[in-house]
Amino acid sequence: MRYDAIIIGAGPAGLAAARAAKHAGKQTLIIDDNHGPGGQIWRGRDGIELKGVDRRFSTQITDLNFSATQIILATGARELFLPFPGWTLPHVLGAGGLQAMAKQGLNVQGKSVVIAGSGPLLLAVASNLKKAGADITLIAEQAPWSSLLHFGSQLLRWPSKLTQALQLFNINYTPNLWPIEAKPGEVLMSNGKTYPCNYLACAFGLLPNLELARLANCKIENGFVKVNRHQQTSVQGIYAVGELTGIGGLEKAEAEGEAAGAGTATLGNHQDFVKLLTRTFKLRDELKQLAQPDTILCRCEDIPFSRTTQCSSMREAKLQTRCGMGPCQGRICGPILEQLYGWPSDSVRQPLYPVPLKSLIQS
Amino acid sequence: MPHIVINGTPHQADEKTTVAAALMNLGITSRTSVSGQPRNPLCGMGICFECRVTIDGIAYQRGCQVEVREGMEVSTDAI
Ligand SMILES: Cc1cc2nc3c(=O)[nH]c(=O)nc-3n(C[C@H](O)[C@H](O)[C@H](O)COP(=O)(O)OP(=O)(O)OC[C@H]3O[C@@H](n4cnc5c(N)ncnc54)[C@H](O)[C@@H]3O)c2cc1C
Ligand code: FES
Repeated sequence: MRYDAIIIGAGPAGLAAARAAKHAGKQTLIIDDNHGPGGQIWRGRDGIELKGVDRRFSTQITDLNFSATQIILATGARELFLPFPGWTLPHVLGAGGLQAMAKQGLNVQGKSVVIAGSGPLLLAVASNLKKAGADITLIAEQAPWSSLLHFGSQLLRWPSKLTQALQLFNINYTPNLWPIEAKPGEVLMSNGKTYPCNYLACAFGLLPNLELARLANCKIENGFVKVNRHQQTSVQGIYAVGELTGIGGLEKAEAEGEAAGAGTATLGNHQDFVKLLTRTFKLRDELKQLAQPDTILCRCEDIPFSRTTQCSSMREAKLQTRCGMGPCQGRICGPILEQLYGWPSDSVRQPLYPVPLKSLIQS
Repeated sequence: MPHIVINGTPHQADEKTTVAAALMNLGITSRTSVSGQPRNPLCGMGICFECRVTIDGIAYQRGCQVEVREGMEVSTDAI
C-alpha cells in the first residue's frame, strides 16, 4: 500500500494531522510506539476517533526506509533529568514519568508524593496524581517568584491557558525550591528541610524527541526542528509538528498537526508562548552543581560524575567511559552532559534502538 | 485478572496494566544495575530502558510499553 501521508507519533499533534490528512482525502497511516493512541496527555484514553485512518501501534520507527508523499514527524517530547545524589533510587521517577506509570496501572492511591523540577507540567502532574488518589505534599518549582509572576501577567494574552493555570493551581506549589538529595523514603530540599515521600516525581522540563528528524537530516535550530508556516522541514516531503518544533503544549500541537495534515498554514501566536515558557522556566545554575563525584550520570552503565570530568566532548565521554553506550543510547545522559558541560549531542546512527542478538535469535 | 509469572512465582495483575506498573504494584524492582543497584522505571514512556525485563523469553523488553497478558512470564534479570 502506498500512502499519501504517514504520521509518526499518535499524540495530540499526530492525531490532529491524521484526521486533517484523512479529511483532505489523503490515504493516511499513523504509527506509534505505544500500544494505543493518545501520546503523553491522553495516554490510555479510550475512544479516540481515527475513522478511515490506517494505524499501527506498538511499532517503533527506527529508520525512514519507506516512502510516502508526505511524512509527518510528531514524535513529541521527553523529560529532562538532572543528576543529584539519590536520583537513581527506586522511589525517584520522572514527573511525567510517575504520571505515565499511574496512567498505565500503577496504584498511587494513598501514596505521598513530592513533585519537583521545573515547568508547567509539574502542576498538571500534581492534578492528575491527586485525581488518582495520591497525596501531593509539595510541588517544588526551581524558577523564582519573579519569573512566575511575569509569566502570570503575560498569560493574559492566552486566556484559555490562564484559565487552565488557575484551575491547576495547588496550595503546595512552592517556587524557588529544588531537590538536593534523595534518600530512601525522603528528599532533602534546597530550603534545608527533609520531606518524607513514597515517590519523588522529578524532572526539569521537556526536550523534543529529535532522533528521527536528525536521521532524516532535517535542519535543527536552537534545539528544535526548523519548519515554515506549513510545518515543512528543510527536507522535501517531511513535516514536523507538536513539541518537535518548540515546547508549547496541547493547543500548539493540535494547530500544527492540523495544518500539516490539511496542507494549510498554522494559525496563532504559538511561538511567542514557546519563548515565554523558555524564559520563565530557565534552569538556575545551582541545578548543574548538584551531582557529587559518585553521583551516577549514565544509568545504563552506572558511570559516576567523577569519570566524566576529564573528558572534553560527548564523543570522548562515550569512548573513554562508555557513557551513553547502553540501551537508551544516551537519551537520558546525553542531555545531562549537554546541560553540565555544554557539549552538543552526538549524531544519531541506525538502528535508533539496539536490538540485542539474544532477542533476535529468541524471537 | 491476568495471571502472570514473575521470576518463577505466580501473581495476579490488573487488566490494562503494563508490565512495569504491575511490577511496581507488587514492590518488585524492574532490574539490577551493572553495579548492583535496584532500579525502577524513570520515564514511563519508552525512552530510558530502566524498566527493561525479559518477557516470555525475549530479553530487553521495555516493561512500560507492554501490557500484561494471561500466562505471561516475566523475569527481572536484565542488567
Ligand atoms: C511524560 C510526559 C507527560 C506529559 N503530560 C502532560 C499532561 O498531563 N498535560 C499536558 O498538558 N501536557 C503534558 N505533557 C506535555 C506534552 O508534551 C504536550 O502537551 C503535548 O502532548 C505534545 O503533543 P505531541 O503530539 O507533540 O507529543 P506526544 O504527546 O509526546 O506524542 C508523541 C508520540 O510519538 C510517539 N513516538 C515517538 N517516537 C516514536 C518512534 N520513533 N516511533 C513510533 N512512535 C514514536 C510517542 O510514543 C508518543 O505517543 C507531557 C509530556 C511528557 C513528556
Ligand atoms: S520506564 Fe523508561 S523506558 Fe520504560
